[in-house]
Amino acid sequence: MTKHHRLTAPATSGRVLMSGNEAVARGAWEAGVTVASSYPGTPATEILEAFARYPGVYAEWAPNEKVAFEVAMGASLAGARSLVSMKHVGLNVAADPLMTGSYIGVRGGFLVVVSDDVGMGSSQNAQDTRYFARFAKVPLFEPSDSHEAKAFVAEALNLSERMDTPVIVRLTTRISHVKGLVELGERPAPPFLGFSKDPAKYVILPAHARKKRPKVLQRLKDLARLADTSPLNVIEWCDRQTGIIASGPAYVYAREAFPEASFLKLGVSFPLAEGLIREFASQVKRLYIVEELEGIVEADVLAMGIRVDSVGKLPRTGELTPRRVRTALDGAGLKVAEAPPSPPDLEMLPFPRPPTLCSGCPHMGVFYTIGKMKDLVITGDIGCYTLGVGSPWNATHTCVCMGASLGNALGIEKAYRMASQEQKVVALIGDSTFLHSGMTGLLDIVYNGGNVTVFILDNRTVGMTGGQDHPGTGVTLQEEKSKPVDFVALCRALGVEHVQLVDPYRLPEVYRAVKEALAHPGPSVIVTNQPCILIEEFHRTQPYEVLDELCNGCGACLKTGCPAIQVVRREVVRLPNGRDKELSYVTIDPVGCNGCDLCVQTCGPKAIVPLGSSVPTTAGAEPQS
Amino acid sequence: MDIGERTLNVLLAGIGGQGVLTASQLLTEAAVLAGHDVKKSEVHGMAQRGGVVTSHVRIGRKVYSPIISSGEVDMLVAFEEAEALRWRSEVRPGGTLIVNCLRVLPPVVNLGLFKYPDDPLASLRTFDGAFLPVEASTLAIEAGSPRLAGTILMGAAAALLPLSVAHWEAAIRSRFSAPEVADQNLKAFQRGRECALSQKLHLV
Repeated sequence: MTKHHRLTAPATSGRVLMSGNEAVARGAWEAGVTVASSYPGTPATEILEAFARYPGVYAEWAPNEKVAFEVAMGASLAGARSLVSMKHVGLNVAADPLMTGSYIGVRGGFLVVVSDDVGMGSSQNAQDTRYFARFAKVPLFEPSDSHEAKAFVAEALNLSERMDTPVIVRLTTRISHVKGLVELGERPAPPFLGFSKDPAKYVILPAHARKKRPKVLQRLKDLARLADTSPLNVIEWCDRQTGIIASGPAYVYAREAFPEASFLKLGVSFPLAEGLIREFASQVKRLYIVEELEGIVEADVLAMGIRVDSVGKLPRTGELTPRRVRTALDGAGLKVAEAPPSPPDLEMLPFPRPPTLCSGCPHMGVFYTIGKMKDLVITGDIGCYTLGVGSPWNATHTCVCMGASLGNALGIEKAYRMASQEQKVVALIGDSTFLHSGMTGLLDIVYNGGNVTVFILDNRTVGMTGGQDHPGTGVTLQEEKSKPVDFVALCRALGVEHVQLVDPYRLPEVYRAVKEALAHPGPSVIVTNQPCILIEEFHRTQPYEVLDELCNGCGACLKTGCPAIQVVRREVVRLPNGRDKELSYVTIDPVGCNGCDLCVQTCGPKAIVPLGSSVPTTAGAEPQS
Repeated sequence: MDIGERTLNVLLAGIGGQGVLTASQLLTEAAVLAGHDVKKSEVHGMAQRGGVVTSHVRIGRKVYSPIISSGEVDMLVAFEEAEALRWRSEVRPGGTLIVNCLRVLPPVVNLGLFKYPDDPLASLRTFDGAFLPVEASTLAIEAGSPRLAGTILMGAAAALLPLSVAHWEAAIRSRFSAPEVADQNLKAFQRGRECALSQKLHLV
């Protein structure tokens, strides 16, 4: 039960273990941030969850990162200190206000905290937010652990106000989700200036923008000079034969790999502290640059005309480790830390263990049904339901970014139409993803007469990130009640005439709804109405068991994909037509089963019964497709 | 008890929902209480949905990297037999391997797409180092809840790690605030510790 249980009071003093995300929240609170907004996304989600627990703050989930940015920016314009947080791809959504926010500047200190999922543990790409700082011409701070994350937030807010600019604080998964020791401090009275009507600053007409651009360029020059003396950019002298420039998270790997090298650690990695870099480079014999993901600092240092001895050596995919850094720079003349031998080449494990849907997940009924309709093209979206791509359902054929299922579906349908063919297309999108950036896609489908069926899989939470609230749940981040979105009314208001509300656990109902929607000439929407099993709205019911004497090994229940169903034995039998068929006899894990009864509906011999009863249930068999 | 100049690397590996992160929190808290610098990395998001979950815990005087380099794990605590197979190559020669005697078949195996290894424990016995199988899930059910398996495994780990029992117990009390839950976990911890001590393995 992840939802609505985390608003416990945070620790108040001392040295405590905190994740980087918690440390950012703490740092923001201590530095007087009063307004913060975000949209959940791994690895950044917990920043706002942690911030929301502090007294004297307003913290909210916005429908998407662009709105979140605009809310936090608005608070800054009102003269309060503010923060917006998101995962790396969220900044793509918020790029529009970021690019102009750079021109407008701030009134209260304004931080854009972005966490990059470097190893793509839970993301569709790996992008380096350090590019965005260069694109938007705003400074970027890179802490390398929890302790620095908290300290850098305060420094970044000061710089934001002093230099009239938003500041990006860039984290990575291994900052966000690593716990380390943090010293807690006090919170002085938060500053508040109030809004000041100054159209030349806040109304970005072309005439104003033309005057702003030279100022932005000058600001960059001034920031670079400040970077030279920033306490966050430090030289650690050791052996001057070898000097390593490392920014943020990469520093800890390099520092461990080469304990005897001299280091220039860049806490402010944009704009670059050119004077400091030149000084450092001139005093070391060989210069190496260690950074994770892209060779951005490397390119800039090369552009300064400085010789770099590590060009092209660092891996540009995956997370670094001390060993990877050591190996990459091996033979570069560095004295390395004593390292154990390379791991032996052992046989690899024969099976993968990919993420799965939970036992009793309401998405399974939809995947089970449409996965059998092999002539459909099914566009997917971002969320737990992206897992519909896997076995046994194979019920998702595209996934691009938040909200893309609708536009993709319309484009596919139109392309077939232009080729004088008909193709049935189904778009799958979750409740929160639909509110994030699916509504405009649906509007396009209606406006341009797309013959597309849209499933809004409403499980009343942001599931994949751990169960956050959103405008459809009726509860805010700080646990206030709000008016939940009525998805059926919303779709009708957007112009969809064929809207159905179905219970995804009732397979015949889902099947009938899909057939009806596909037959409808024009846009159609099916909204499902069962909550995620991980939130408190879900009520677990009595688990089921399999009566071994009735199980005929047909394996139909396995097609639901429920992980509570386990195969206990397999048998191969010869069919009358001479072909062999493998039978799979099953059992149900009574701890894992949530009692949804989806498998009961697929069981021909009625071998699945409530745990403890020996009476077969009368639930309907699987619909014919 | 001293870990000296080196950094101690413990890798916990299991499946989403098994309590890997709770167990690693106990280890991390115990190390903090013992006055060490600690970094603990976690897996969130997509990987938690019944997929593989790992937590790296590094304990030392000053810890830089939050993740353990491949092949430099001093102790692997695997919450499932096949996961022990998956992660054992991360362990340094002569390291320690603690394995929960439990098999969890993922849907890809149930669907017949992949085969579960016949006897992971037998393959693990060839491991070059200390090998400690623990019936943690069975003992946990005996102790009242399958959720105690992680604490039992930490008890087994505690028998081989240079951290005092008092610090472990304080960590357990701090993690489980309800007294009856704390007591249950303290008992589970002891049970795991006895399990390891009875096997007379050398320290990490």
